[in-house]
Amino acid sequence: MSGARSLMVALEKEGVELAFGLPGGANLPIYDELYKSNIRHILVRHEQSASHMADGFGRVSRRPGVCFATSGPGATNIVTGIATAQADSAPMIAITGQVPSKMIGKDAFQESDIIGITNPIVKYAFQPMDAAEIPTVVKKAFYISSTGRPGPVLIDIPKDVQQNEAEMHFPNEVKVRGYHPWVDPDIREIERAIDMLLSAERPIILAGGGVIISGAFAELQSIAELLMIPVVTTFKGKGSFPENHPLSLGPIGMHGHAEANKMMVEADCVLAAGSRFSDRSVGTFEEFEKRLKIIHMDVDPAEIGKNQTTTVAVVGDIKASLRIMVKMLVQKAIKRGSDNPWLKKVNETRDYYRENLKLHPHPLGAAKILRKLREVLPHQSIVTTEVGQHQMWASLFFDVIQPGTFFSSTGLGTMGWGFPAAIGAKAAKPSVPVLDIAGEGSFNMTENSLAVSVLDNLPVIVLLMNNFSLGMVAQWQRTFYDRRMIGIDLKNCPDYVKLAEAYGAQGIRAESIDEVGKAVQTALKSDVATVIDIPIDPQEDVLPFVAPGTPLKDMILPS
Amino acid sequence: MWSIISVLVENKPGVLFKVTNLFRSRNYNIDSISVGITENPEFSRMTITTSADEKQLNQIIKQLDKLIDTVEVKRLEEKMSVYRELVLMKIKVSKPSDSMEIMNLANAFKCQVHDVRKTSIIVEITATPDRINAFEDLVRGYGILEIARTGICALPRGGVNED
Repeated sequence: MSGARSLMVALEKEGVELAFGLPGGANLPIYDELYKSNIRHILVRHEQSASHMADGFGRVSRRPGVCFATSGPGATNIVTGIATAQADSAPMIAITGQVPSKMIGKDAFQESDIIGITNPIVKYAFQPMDAAEIPTVVKKAFYISSTGRPGPVLIDIPKDVQQNEAEMHFPNEVKVRGYHPWVDPDIREIERAIDMLLSAERPIILAGGGVIISGAFAELQSIAELLMIPVVTTFKGKGSFPENHPLSLGPIGMHGHAEANKMMVEADCVLAAGSRFSDRSVGTFEEFEKRLKIIHMDVDPAEIGKNQTTTVAVVGDIKASLRIMVKMLVQKAIKRGSDNPWLKKVNETRDYYRENLKLHPHPLGAAKILRKLREVLPHQSIVTTEVGQHQMWASLFFDVIQPGTFFSSTGLGTMGWGFPAAIGAKAAKPSVPVLDIAGEGSFNMTENSLAVSVLDNLPVIVLLMNNFSLGMVAQWQRTFYDRRMIGIDLKNCPDYVKLAEAYGAQGIRAESIDEVGKAVQTALKSDVATVIDIPIDPQEDVLPFVAPGTPLKDMILPS
Repeated sequence: MWSIISVLVENKPGVLFKVTNLFRSRNYNIDSISVGITENPEFSRMTITTSADEKQLNQIIKQLDKLIDTVEVKRLEEKMSVYRELVLMKIKVSKPSDSMEIMNLANAFKCQVHDVRKTSIIVEITATPDRINAFEDLVRGYGILEIARTGICALPRGGVNED
């Protein structure tokens, strides 16, 4: 059997049904076998989109998404996608062709040292030099990518290794000596955590992306309800807890909810589950940990103490750790009431900001659009975002009700991620509507994926909050650079309705909140991709705002 | 404050790159590194010295441990380990009496003397960094022409870290 054939067999054994990619000289043997296999190929227009689609697929299905690229520029084009998946701990298998092994190091045509280039941004990388290694490599790649803290794994296969014949052995199980993804949570630490939460006067739960990755929604909710502790999330953890729940305060951070930042600052003890305390979430590290006892749960031991000093650390899968905590609480019959000064203050603060936070007065203000979207979009729909102002407005004004339905490039902040990721999400879950909350600057970067959405019958909705500019950069220039505006003006170009139509998709321009609602409803009924172009006010800022390098307590509110 | 980290790694191409690239990308510093095959040819041992504070050192160890190609990462306490570095020093000989003096010093430090010439002597010293520095201070007056150091290699003393 050839190396390429064994690759397909191994992928099929891993349950791979579809893969995103673009062929080229160095991966043609792989594509020839893909032709003969049962795996569905989704042809992209740029390899970066293939990696984002695989990422979106992986986050939604919680199984690694697969993407293919050829050597050289094909491989370097997926670097951004790999880095994005790594920053957000998304499972992904990227398979690149490489020049024939004898040509490696000779600066051959379309040769790039993709192993070296991606070293700091992959969870692991393989470069099999013998065709017989491929089945084991694939098995190990899926094992490493999907267990522990998930992440991207690269398999770079020289063309001759794809072509070479070898006797293949497909292992059912593999061991990787230096890799120990499963750690049993330390029961005593969990007991200490409970004691600390019970003795705290102002406890809070900070739910991070780890809750979503491990699917610990029910456990999180049980703990919050048993102990009556308010829940804030990181931006990546948005939607790990229903945002219409009475204990929900929403995301903290640079563009967190005012009530969430306010209460986070006042808390005396935090249970941080699956959060890495990113600078965008906590503001300044020193200020954050002041007066705050931190209980840190994470599957990755290297996260403990990396950014914040912790009082109690529980290393292990978040779902497993929280489940043990729930059991202990139930066994000890611990249940707290809601009648305490802290919860009273939490409720007052939330009510205050919900009533008094000034919203942008423009008829197509971001809050109005996104609240309308929430009204008409079914709760089980999957929502992705691009990167920019619209993304932060989504954080502020779009409530995620059903846990685990909201995904964004939160760590790397990759513009162009949302649309191809939405297509990947649709491929993973064709039965639910998938919508990308987008800005046009970000959408520009991968909008040629409209061809994929249309031709491969993966209809998604792009809700384009079009401010004709790179809005977030414009906001920073207005705020920090004395309104010296440069490099932000995108003008009214292209016409997104015509662009959508040119690809065979549906384009709708919505110029009032009513039209936004109707356009989304039309899109939901459509079996083709829809771009809803909404001309918004280029002057609208994202507020509240915690300036970079400043503590959460110095949050700037709309005036 | 310097610390010794002993890292047992898979003996295969690219692992040294991964380890050093980890230090670079996370803004840690390597003071010295020595690598060699172990009693088991499947493994190599890297001995890394680094000057980092306690918090950073903990991170370095955890991040090294996280690398899939590292099999075991240990911090070696100075007092509980045997650690040595090998240094070759080419020392200038300006007048005939220098030779004798340098060789006497070398003798006192249990150094090997190689390549005795009219204008230079190469001395090999295998010792702890403190002792090497002391020797270097003593011969600096003659003029040190060139130095090559291996970096520290170390093992825990018997009975230490043996699980």
